[in-house]
Amino acid sequence: MRKLGKRDVMLMMVLLFFCFAAFLIRKLAGGTEGAYVLVTVDGEIFGEYPLCEEREIPIKIAGETVNRLKIGGGAADMIWADCPDKLCVRQKPVSKENETIVCLPHRVVITVEGAAENGFDSIAR
Amino acid sequence: MKRKTAYMGVFLAFALILSYVESLIPFYFGVPGIKLGLTNLIIVILLYELGVKEALCISILRIILAGFLFGNMFSILYSLAGGLCSFCMMCLLKKCGLFHIVTVSVCGGITHNMAQLALASLIVENYGVFFYAPALLLSGVLTGFLIGVLAAEIEKRVERFFRETVRK
Repeated sequence: MRKLGKRDVMLMMVLLFFCFAAFLIRKLAGGTEGAYVLVTVDGEIFGEYPLCEEREIPIKIAGETVNRLKIGGGAADMIWADCPDKLCVRQKPVSKENETIVCLPHRVVITVEGAAENGFDSIAR
Repeated sequence: MKRKTAYMGVFLAFALILSYVESLIPFYFGVPGIKLGLTNLIIVILLYELGVKEALCISILRIILAGFLFGNMFSILYSLAGGLCSFCMMCLLKKCGLFHIVTVSVCGGITHNMAQLALASLIVENYGVFFYAPALLLSGVLTGFLIGVLAAEIEKRVERFFRETVRK
């Protein structure tokens, strides 16, 4: 087995560069505090909730509560799920724009949205 | 030939043990889907020592069996997407013969994570999951590197065993 060549090092450097570029893009795209959270189930909007008020939202699919989302202190946190892996519950609370919590088994996505779109949306709805 | 079939069974069992070990390790960094990819160790070694068909066979069987044992239908679906895409990637990179086993493993790791992310975004019908892309990319590189280094070291030591015993 030959040693790591120049080509290997180059390719890995390029890949690492892409990683950091991706982090940077995400940092530039988000970063600001979000205004409200958008909850979608199976690609369809379940509801929008402002981050400023304290409340607990049961996310229901076909009348059954599958996840519980807690909003408070300007952040949203998944506090309960009825699936076995509980990956969404273990995720940290989200508060910044574009931050996301996903519950894959139930296809529930929670995204923090910024203030700019909020004005338009609240009029449109 | 008979001997090889028997050894394939042993390798499958070994891959399943690695799956089990991985399910025991609490390996969590705030982003879902990041894992060590221990089983890729045996897939990489088989790909280099036995061949494409054999490695693919073990990979698919391992995913389905481990899914029934430690996961659910969902985990099988995600594992298959990640496993097959990363296998194709590693296979192509190995075939072209330009890269070291470590690099091949790194690319496999990245492909695995990106394929799972793409499938997740299709299933939840939301591009929001790509928020995790940077972390998953980086974790793919790091775990792929780790597994690649291990695979290279192990391969050096088992090469003779494969040549004299398994491939006979």
